[in-house]
Amino acid sequence: MLDKVGIAKRIAQELQDGWYVNLGIGIPTLVANYIPQGINVEFQSENGLLGMGAFPYDGEEDADLINAGKQTVTLLPGASLFDSATSFAMIRGQHVQLTVLGAMEVAENGDIANWKIPGRMVKGMGGAMDLVASAENIIVAMMHTNKKGESKILSKCTLPLTGVGCVKKVVTNLAVLEIINGVFHLIERAPGVSVEEIQNATEGNLVVEGEIPEMQLD
Amino acid sequence: MNKVVANSNEAIEGVKDGMTLMLGGFGLCGIPENCIGSLVKKGTTNLTCISNNAGVDDFGLGLLLQQRQIKKMISSYVGENDEFERQMLSGELEVDLIPQGSLAERCRAGGAGIPAFYTPAGFGTEVAEGKEIREFNGKPHILESALTADFAIVKAWKGDRFGNLVFKGTARNFNPVMAMAGKITIAEVEELVEPGELNPNQIHTPGIFVQRIFQGVDYEKRIEQRTVRSKN
Repeated sequence: MLDKVGIAKRIAQELQDGWYVNLGIGIPTLVANYIPQGINVEFQSENGLLGMGAFPYDGEEDADLINAGKQTVTLLPGASLFDSATSFAMIRGQHVQLTVLGAMEVAENGDIANWKIPGRMVKGMGGAMDLVASAENIIVAMMHTNKKGESKILSKCTLPLTGVGCVKKVVTNLAVLEIINGVFHLIERAPGVSVEEIQNATEGNLVVEGEIPEMQLD
Repeated sequence: MNKVVANSNEAIEGVKDGMTLMLGGFGLCGIPENCIGSLVKKGTTNLTCISNNAGVDDFGLGLLLQQRQIKKMISSYVGENDEFERQMLSGELEVDLIPQGSLAERCRAGGAGIPAFYTPAGFGTEVAEGKEIREFNGKPHILESALTADFAIVKAWKGDRFGNLVFKGTARNFNPVMAMAGKITIAEVEELVEPGELNPNQIHTPGIFVQRIFQGVDYEKRIEQRTVRSKN
């Protein structure tokens, strides 16, 4: 089974040279720490920056330089800054090649829910709805089950939706799944996790074809 | 041409109960601290505030929320404010949550004289309820209307007497699009300079969008999530 870092490492393997990438808050942010050797990508932060670098050194933080998670960050050489409308023009206009975001639920039809639990938690959708509605390439980073052990990989989302039919790939602590023609397909198992464990933790329809390889992580 | 006012108290003259305000900023980054302070002091109520976030409990728009000066918030993300969440869940505060890109574009459209536009963001979700749906290039889009405000209040790094503005870092965010969409736009700046001192090639917001400008004081610039690494 993977921890959050493991999920981030596995997603980092999906990065391709020259891509512009938007990372959501939480596990997705960690992906930036595990960019494969020889791959150059630029991170877009929807509050208005391209070319986001590492966290600043202690004492060098700048209140005027944050990422979409409100964390202090730095700029890499070649970075650029812009307003929110321009930022979402990049996103809506499909100039960003990969979006990685978290989810509370994902369904086999590609629906995703991650912004609201009615009556209990309403934080807002932030940029998530714009991102999922427009991105061609979305990877969801999430835990396979909730704290009670109930599946978050569902036949139908129960929470208010963030987007419809948009998710194609999900990386969880147990598996890599792809959504093809309205069903989940098991692509890889996390180290030490059996196909049966994944099946038991998946409420949605899951296709398992042939031998399922284990993820290769360093 | 001189748009300079003395301070934030003078800048917000004419802001009345029940008005709609736009306030720039993303989280606590690039928020008009001085004007928020003056609004708190003035005690104007029943405000509709359009701002990406709602501050934190004791800073930014959170200060107006604490005093129940806000009737309605139009935002995209409000996760960092417990008082906000409490007022919203109890029904004391009206809240319109809209996707961040739609919020930015609705402000831009408001300032640009475009009454509405289609966007794919929010199709199939609560956000689309009651809105016109139309297909373009085989994909459904929803019709979103423009936003304007009685006052747009923005914060810039530098500005001149003509209202030309330059922003710094990610403190730009919603400020330029909101500056365009105010019937009266107030800009508070860290440094007010003479016309000609700002390089015309590098002005982010042309002065035509700004009606009042002043040099702010005592910026706290609070950091919400201070994340650093050690030099070793």
